[in-house]
Amino acid sequence: MGRTLAEKVWEQHVVRRAEGEPDLLYIDLHLIHEVTSPQAFDGLRMAGRTVRRPELTIATEDHNVPTVLGPISDPVSRTQVETLRKNAAEFGIRLHPMGDAGQGVVHIIGPQFGLTQPGMTIVCGDSHTSTHGAFGAIAFGIGTSEVEHVLATQTLPAYRPKTMAIEVKGELPVGVTAKDLILAIIAKIGTGGGQGHIVEYRGEAVRKLSMEGRMTVCNMSIEAGARAGLIAPDETTFEYLRGRPHAPSGEDWDRAVDYWKTLRTDDDAVFDKVVEIDAATLTPFVTWGTNPGQGAPLGSAVPSPEQFADPVERSAAERALEYMGLTAGTPLRDIQVDTVFVGSCTNGRIEDLRAAAEILRGRKVVTRTLIVPGSMGVKKAAEEEGLHEVFKAAGAEWREAGCSMCLGMNPDTLKPGERSASTSNRNFEGRQGKGGRTHLVSPQVAAATAVTGRLTAPADL
Amino acid sequence: MDAFTTHTGRAVPLRRSNVDTDQIIPAVWLKQVSRTGFEKGLFAAWREDPSFVLNDPAYEGASILVSGPDFGTGSSREHAVWALQQYGFRVVIASRFGDIFRNNSTKMGLLPVVLPEDVVKRLQDAAEADPKTEITVDLVERQVRSGDLVASFEIDDYTRWRLLEGLDDIGLTLRHADAIEEYENGRQPWLPTTV
Repeated sequence: MGRTLAEKVWEQHVVRRAEGEPDLLYIDLHLIHEVTSPQAFDGLRMAGRTVRRPELTIATEDHNVPTVLGPISDPVSRTQVETLRKNAAEFGIRLHPMGDAGQGVVHIIGPQFGLTQPGMTIVCGDSHTSTHGAFGAIAFGIGTSEVEHVLATQTLPAYRPKTMAIEVKGELPVGVTAKDLILAIIAKIGTGGGQGHIVEYRGEAVRKLSMEGRMTVCNMSIEAGARAGLIAPDETTFEYLRGRPHAPSGEDWDRAVDYWKTLRTDDDAVFDKVVEIDAATLTPFVTWGTNPGQGAPLGSAVPSPEQFADPVERSAAERALEYMGLTAGTPLRDIQVDTVFVGSCTNGRIEDLRAAAEILRGRKVVTRTLIVPGSMGVKKAAEEEGLHEVFKAAGAEWREAGCSMCLGMNPDTLKPGERSASTSNRNFEGRQGKGGRTHLVSPQVAAATAVTGRLTAPADL
Repeated sequence: MDAFTTHTGRAVPLRRSNVDTDQIIPAVWLKQVSRTGFEKGLFAAWREDPSFVLNDPAYEGASILVSGPDFGTGSSREHAVWALQQYGFRVVIASRFGDIFRNNSTKMGLLPVVLPEDVVKRLQDAAEADPKTEITVDLVERQVRSGDLVASFEIDDYTRWRLLEGLDDIGLTLRHADAIEEYENGRQPWLPTTV
């Protein structure tokens, strides 16, 4: 019987296998940031251990850094960032600090440097590590104990998750994006739909996505509960990687591509679970509730809790509507927002900024609008194209790189009761600031919403 | 890690689903560089509501959290586990857990117990009817017992052994340093390094 892509990559990394034990899996790349690493380095020091492979490790400052120039004013955040700098220096780990040309959100810089490649195993103390699966890598988030384990051993003990295929048949209609696709998938399978599985996104609509779009899809695998999400590498992948600083070159490139071409699910391989999605039926998608599975087409209305047959879903919907301050039956297009956020590891790449700029060109925003590039590299590229001038002319704020308003641990937050249209990945209660209300949207919907002040698709303008 | 064999304690019924780790400990609490003091941040936003179950003095000192499905979804923050433990919880019972949270728990000795939704509801009902109801979680027998309720739960042998012995994963892995080195010698030369 053939093997799935996930099984091939997994098998390639098994250091040791023994009956009744998890596999010991080799980790090709370990990404680190300031929030989930300090206690791991402390653990190493207390046990007298060292970092086994600092040259397979890279660190950046992203979660709690401000996105305006200047020092970190919050002393607790500053201590955390300074702790990362001290740890990186002590253990010999490459770090991209604030202000550095290579700094950015951890899941943006890996692919940007060409460090993320097909067939690799990649981990980070951050659940959106699944982003890197877009290259055909097995990439997943880990906790601080596991960060310490990878630092010390460059391996992780783990049971191989089950495999799941999400087959996206047909083509996405014009105006429907990768973000709409993944939000629709999560609404269909639920926040627990992928638990215990590595999801492989397949089908014509997935093949036609750019690398940026594929990263958006894989990024939100965790929001469907999946351990990881991946997409088989192809010419789109190879073209993205060619010439990047850490991509192979010369003969190594040819050998690598030959290997990467074998990284696809065999025709006779069997997945543990298969879900089919018809791309042609999709439209711009937004969330109305407090988990990423509580979403609906923008053209529809806030659902009534009675629509949910399952009592758990029904009570979750009741609670969500109360928190979100929404009434069942309200058209989603009538929902007014106070803030628009374009950025994050989900939608903070150059293609996302181009899409937002295209809509904002020659228009004015009526809400507070934050445009936050995912990395200093993305910022530079955007400025070379003049996108920053488009944003500024529209009245939006053009910021420095960071996680920004995706999570409420830096100065970019919502106030209690404020409502946002956000290109990030989580609409959890308080995620963007205590009492804040979040609607997850694509960069295109975010930009159109900034123009009208209500949830809006570009086609509505 | 603390060893876990059998634990008997009172339970807190948390009748909510999709209890993401942002609720268990909001991001603003993650700025600490130490491993202690997270109990103050446990369910920080929800605890501001006087009617939230953890504010009910009847449940003071309870050590088993019985939650609705999909507990610990979302962010990978292990701080969620630290907060629960430092508050005094030894066990979380739910019908489904987020994968990363479950992993993090077993690394720290907080036992995540998966039981069918109807059994979870019976335990919640019992804890609500009488907050003094005791629940025994027996990892040796892989059983949860309370009054006349006896429910078996599954946990893989390896994780169970590690929890029973209180063993640290890193020490176990370093016993296989030779296998790691051998694997490293066979890695493809084109694989990237960060230098």
